[in-house]
Amino acid sequence: MDRILLTGATFCLLLSFGYTLFALGAGRFQPGRVNLVAILGGFLLLTLDLWKRGQAQGSCPINSLFDVLVFVSWSILLIYLVIGPTYHISLLGAFTSPLVFLVLLFAQLGPVGPAAQGRFDHDPWTELHAALSLVAYGAFALAAVAGLMYLVQDRQLKMHKAGALFYNLPPITDLGVANARLIRLGFGLLTAGFAAGFAAGHIGGVHVNGLKFLASVLIWAGYGAILVLRKFRRLPPRRMAEASMLVFGAALLALPAIQYLSSLK
Amino acid sequence: MNIVCAGINHRSATVDIREKFAVGPHELEQALARIRGIDGLAGAVIVSTCNRVEYYTASVCPLRVLDGLRGYLQERNGGNDAPLYTHESPASIRHLFRVASGLDSMVIGETEILGQLKQAYAAATDCGATTRHLNKLFQHAFRVAKQVRSETQITRGSTSVGSVAVDLAGKIFGGLNGRTIMILGAGDVSERTARSLVSRGVGTVIVANRTFDRAARLAEEIGGMAVHFDNWHNAFDNVDILICSTAAPHPIVTREKLDPLLKRRDGRPLFIIDLAVPRDAEASVNELDGVYLYDIDSLEEIVRQSLEVRRAEVVRCEKMIDLHVAEFVGWMRNHIAFLK
Repeated sequence: MDRILLTGATFCLLLSFGYTLFALGAGRFQPGRVNLVAILGGFLLLTLDLWKRGQAQGSCPINSLFDVLVFVSWSILLIYLVIGPTYHISLLGAFTSPLVFLVLLFAQLGPVGPAAQGRFDHDPWTELHAALSLVAYGAFALAAVAGLMYLVQDRQLKMHKAGALFYNLPPITDLGVANARLIRLGFGLLTAGFAAGFAAGHIGGVHVNGLKFLASVLIWAGYGAILVLRKFRRLPPRRMAEASMLVFGAALLALPAIQYLSSLK
Repeated sequence: MNIVCAGINHRSATVDIREKFAVGPHELEQALARIRGIDGLAGAVIVSTCNRVEYYTASVCPLRVLDGLRGYLQERNGGNDAPLYTHESPASIRHLFRVASGLDSMVIGETEILGQLKQAYAAATDCGATTRHLNKLFQHAFRVAKQVRSETQITRGSTSVGSVAVDLAGKIFGGLNGRTIMILGAGDVSERTARSLVSRGVGTVIVANRTFDRAARLAEEIGGMAVHFDNWHNAFDNVDILICSTAAPHPIVTREKLDPLLKRRDGRPLFIIDLAVPRDAEASVNELDGVYLYDIDSLEEIVRQSLEVRRAEVVRCEKMIDLHVAEFVGWMRNHIAFLK
């Protein structure tokens, strides 16, 4: 009963994913309404679920791996809803919903449930650090999705295939721009999260686990390297799209480890 | 009340016959006034385009109206019979819905016909030549066309090499405003393709041709600038779209030549349209990052795919139209009952 909101959100995203598969299979995908409504429904249910758990835990509900995965899913949807219409890339929703669906499913089927109570001892810097870092993950996730769309469109253009997907995917230049901007957004948020983490260490006297710090720095450096190489024209858009997917994959795999290390006092 | 349609189109008559029956805008009012004099005819709309001339009329005695129309068209054709097809309700209603949806067009799914129908209907309304039935019929036809377009793929893709090139440029660059094209070899096909891209907002056109005078002439015509053929690569840095159609017997755009030029472009994509036979661009340049090479065969293959998709959609469109015909016939029946 306590997971009814989460199950509802997962169902919304499954609906969006299923609709996309059906429409693409029938060769007549029209991005927009169905996906947007399903994603908006999923986002509202997740927001409500996070609020309820935040109330119960007495802190930002990011106190177990389950909590973190749900929060990352919420961040992805939040950033999609903010930037999706801006870039006119509604099909981003079609690619986003399966990713969020899988993350939520993994959270629900995993062995760890929601935390019973907060573990931040009400330190605002630590909460800010964790929240900003997880929203950054949301931006990186969408950058990876835009990167995947870039690679799909690149392949269609190279192979001279003009199917339903080709006509419905945004121009490849726009996808490259979206990919770069999302990485910049995520990098900015992650840097701000790091700053809040340092403040937590120096002002709040919170102990920082060395391995967790190293893993986080590596992710930060990975995205930083992408941006620097792009700035100095060493990374063409296609390579940038591939790199954003690669680093996000690594970050996603590192997330449980970071979460585990965070739980060690 | 019956809807009667009589006309000729690209399938029933050749252009030399169609042009004799064409009704220009300047004579439309007179033609409408003339056929409204036909006994039993309540109202009429004349649709005259390059592919069809059709008369849609509302009448309670269709046979008399058809005789009158035949007589009128004979007059226009110097006493000779016109190769007319004729339809009465519900076939005439179905015919109009098919025409509006682009199913009866030479290129299935083309959308220009809907605008032409709207113009024809507006002109007839302005002349006071329409009746309640014709108003309802045409408004319904516009609705059907909109639904067919939005709910099927009948208009998907492009059906000419030029428009495929424009579509692809859109899928690579988004908007074409401010983009730069380079034409290598000032042939007719490359000129046409360049013109269709210029009409979509391309900013700068650079023309390179073995004969510089010809390059200069074409550049002047389409508002571009000419460069010497041997120096084309020096003007290449800002080029987004390269159209090749030289008569060279060997490739001009080679991987070896393109690779260093691409390094100066900061990852900006390059769309190469190779219309030459033998080809001007080496096939392997398509493997370079950000380079999208389309030769004449690949463009024609996309045209073929689009036409295939459109043909496959016709059945779905016909089913939609069937429902609308039934709905309109129902309305006509009720309307008559109400009048009685």
